[in-house]
Amino acid sequence: MTRSLAGWVFVAPSLAVIGLFFVLPVAAGLALSFSDFDLYALADLRNLRFAGLDNYAHVLALPLFWKALGNTLYFVLVGVPLSIGLSLACALLLQSPLARCKPFFRTALFAPVVTTVVAVAVIWRYLFHVRYGLLNAWLADLGLAPVDWLGDPAWAMPSIILFSVWKGFGANMIIFVAALQAIPLELYEAARIDGAGRWRQFLDITLPMLGPTLLLVGVLTMTGYFQLFAEPYVMTQGGPLESTVSVLYLMYEEGFRWWNLGRASAVAFLLFVLMIVATRGLMHLARRTEEPQ
Amino acid sequence: MKRPALARSLWVHAGLAVAAAFALGPLVWMASVSLMAPGEATHYPPPLLPAVPSLGNYHELFAQAGMGGAMLNSLGIAAGLTLSSVLFNVMAGYAFAKLHFRGREAVFKALLAALVIPGQVAMLPLFLMLKQLGLVNTWAGVVLPGMAGVFGIFLVRQYARTLPDELLEAARIDGAGEWRIFVTIVLPLLRPIVVTLAMFAFLASWNDFMWPLIVLTDSSLHTLPVALASLSREHVQDAELMMAGAVVTILPVLLIFLALQRHYLAGLTMGSSK
Amino acid sequence: MLPRRRAFVTSAACAALGLAGCGRGGAGAPLRFWAMGREGEVLETLLAPLLREQPALRVRVEKLPWSAAHEKLLTAFAGDATPDIAQLGNTWIAELAALGALQPLDAGAMGLDAADHFDGIWRTNQAGGRLLGVPWYIDTRVMFYRRDLFERAGVATVPGDWPGLVQALDALQRSGVAHPLLLPLNEAEPLLALALQQEEPLLRDNGRYGNFRSAGFQRTLVFYIERFQRGHAPFLTNNQIANLWQEFGRGSFAAFISGPWNIGELDRRLPADLQGRWSTAPLPGPVPGSRHGASTAGGSSLVVFQRSRRRQEALQVLAFLGRPQTQLHFHALTGNLPPRRSTWALAPLAGERRAAAFLQQLELAKPTPAVPEWERILQEMQLQAARAQRYGTPVAEAAATLDARVDGFLTKRRWMLDRGAAA
Repeated sequence: MTRSLAGWVFVAPSLAVIGLFFVLPVAAGLALSFSDFDLYALADLRNLRFAGLDNYAHVLALPLFWKALGNTLYFVLVGVPLSIGLSLACALLLQSPLARCKPFFRTALFAPVVTTVVAVAVIWRYLFHVRYGLLNAWLADLGLAPVDWLGDPAWAMPSIILFSVWKGFGANMIIFVAALQAIPLELYEAARIDGAGRWRQFLDITLPMLGPTLLLVGVLTMTGYFQLFAEPYVMTQGGPLESTVSVLYLMYEEGFRWWNLGRASAVAFLLFVLMIVATRGLMHLARRTEEPQ
Repeated sequence: MKRPALARSLWVHAGLAVAAAFALGPLVWMASVSLMAPGEATHYPPPLLPAVPSLGNYHELFAQAGMGGAMLNSLGIAAGLTLSSVLFNVMAGYAFAKLHFRGREAVFKALLAALVIPGQVAMLPLFLMLKQLGLVNTWAGVVLPGMAGVFGIFLVRQYARTLPDELLEAARIDGAGEWRIFVTIVLPLLRPIVVTLAMFAFLASWNDFMWPLIVLTDSSLHTLPVALASLSREHVQDAELMMAGAVVTILPVLLIFLALQRHYLAGLTMGSSK
Repeated sequence: MLPRRRAFVTSAACAALGLAGCGRGGAGAPLRFWAMGREGEVLETLLAPLLREQPALRVRVEKLPWSAAHEKLLTAFAGDATPDIAQLGNTWIAELAALGALQPLDAGAMGLDAADHFDGIWRTNQAGGRLLGVPWYIDTRVMFYRRDLFERAGVATVPGDWPGLVQALDALQRSGVAHPLLLPLNEAEPLLALALQQEEPLLRDNGRYGNFRSAGFQRTLVFYIERFQRGHAPFLTNNQIANLWQEFGRGSFAAFISGPWNIGELDRRLPADLQGRWSTAPLPGPVPGSRHGASTAGGSSLVVFQRSRRRQEALQVLAFLGRPQTQLHFHALTGNLPPRRSTWALAPLAGERRAAAFLQQLELAKPTPAVPEWERILQEMQLQAARAQRYGTPVAEAAATLDARVDGFLTKRRWMLDRGAAA
């Protein structure tokens, strides 16, 4: 076997699977989004019609789509900074030379990441229970009124944000820990000799050195959060009053509940476009903030 | 100066303790409620510990709700997916790193671009395609699409690039074939990343929810997350049973993680240092 | 090292190939029967005599939760993974019939005939002139209420008309039950039952357009929302009630609207001292002075899927479940109501006090429109009602929005009807 042929043979299985089970369906999805494939068409393909951009027009005119978009953006814009902030704070604590029992804390803080979303969503659903949940019990101990976490449209999304942050902050924390370890200690020494306090050191050394990592973590977390689905599915079924319907949840309902596959595909592609725009935007923003320095 | 260091040390540990309580609290509570009697948790104020710990909920899970079957399904699918995806990804990752062939860089760049596309875009047509192949409601329907992952290839390639070329060249000069070189020299050297990859694949498969939900219609084929979701919708009243189900779903992966956490965390940091 | 790796690769390949086979059974496998809720739980017990009669027959029961059943049935159809027999809410028959998913059935061959069934129910099982389902149990929605709490408030029984009900709820509030009537905000059936009590149909022009802007529906919506505004009904979805039966027993509410399966559930779950303290009554009607109002004509049917290749065995199972003795046994296990008049005539059921309210209600049970999009329309109706309740939207506006959405859902149906393709 020549080396060149060997190369192709080695990548062939992976490429075959990716081509067949990813690229092909994506292309087919694009095609589907231009047709009105639905339950009637599932029964008899003669009921299928070419729809051009009708699905996209319909989805963009659908109030529920904009609500889903708004919900998803709310989730991303609040959840991502919260998650990154918490991860960074915990990473700094873990990295502190004063911290003892590091392995224990590292494992404890990371544990939620490996858990199954469905299982922990079930747990948190009970924690959020309006009458018998622990959260409201503690609020009552503090003398505050109970909150209808999952029943009040105003509180449902914040509840899901809280849950998602709890679930995911450990992953980013580990990445930050690795990045913090890479910062040379001499920089901090030099700054201390110059008389800079801890906060100054953080702003002038830590943050800039973490720049690329912050960007990476930001992009990863953001793309993950745009794909919000399991939490609303298990905890709220999109409710109350559609306040936790995310774009992906909308796609699932259109596609797998009502079998409007054409329309659901249009939603999926719109989500894709949204994610690309947001990622590009974030990277552009990162480059802009780097320049003055 | 000892004093400020002591105060700061206390603050650091307090912060870590609060964070750990935040992270572990719900999981500990889950275990506690799972040992309570049915109906015990729905009282005000909610109890923190069971009055009389009992394994009754677990009995019911396995006897009535068929969790044992779901566990087997999860295990089987995760094992199948791990084995096949590790094999494919290691082969491809090594090739992209060390074997020169025409179009190598172009293909790899295309794969990276594919990383940006969310998998859900492919879900509906994939479902229709599997239906044509008769693979809906089978284990293969879950495993096959799961093998199409770019991240694993990327990870292996990163690691494989650090392999010494001289070693491979020497073997080639000795007349060894490419497959032989791969199996006898490269694989042992790649063992750390193989373990990491296997862990990632196993965990991802065990925890996967949306795709098995769609593909597996027979409840006898459900994996643990799907069975739990179905149970939670039906038994929204039985908190204690649900918590037991959650424990059964989470415990295996937690144990695997605890046993192999060094590899998992190393892989995570390596993947992030692009 | 080499042989071990090779063995590893070979076994992995075998596993992968073997996986393709894991899943549906081949010939000689048991008959697959999907059932929901409580019915799914008792089905194996119910089928035991048949399986003893016919040892060669094997049936595998799969239990689905109601909340996911509709979705799962359609997914199974879309994925060519339907079971042999399934329990279907009879409002779903039209949908699956439109998809060509069901096999036509021969009533005579199963020992059943139309005259022995309630007319409205029998009709919902037919499409295009053929019988596609066999009624398994019928249900309608009635009021379950705590007699002791009603008596304490000075109300002898559930009133027959809406104004009377309002007075009774006021009295219950005064006597200490803060929110006496449970109307879960995410459950469409209570609102649907009240909506069906009006003269005007819910869809018009053979199901081409929504008719929710009619005066009748708006009256119902006003009545519904007012129950929340006056505090008669709590602001709760059924996710937020930890345990319906526990709360009913505790007196958190005094009445709720539900179906016959709850007779069995309450019997099982309530403690002994509460057993005699609750009862059932038909729903009050909108017209003052009426004895009672209409309700939904629901229930479940049994269907055989088109793709099943075990028609004979499936029909055997259906015939068995249609026998009056089996239906009586079914009623004893679940509290569900049998669809055959001959079963109703049998001794134990004829004298059942709590089932009597259902029999009364069934005289005035109306079916829902038989369009495939009905499930989605129903969900939208409840969503708009819940929205109007929370945000105080004027009822006329909510009804207009609802009609606009429903008209959207029915677009394809209109196209198909005009083309002459649909029923």
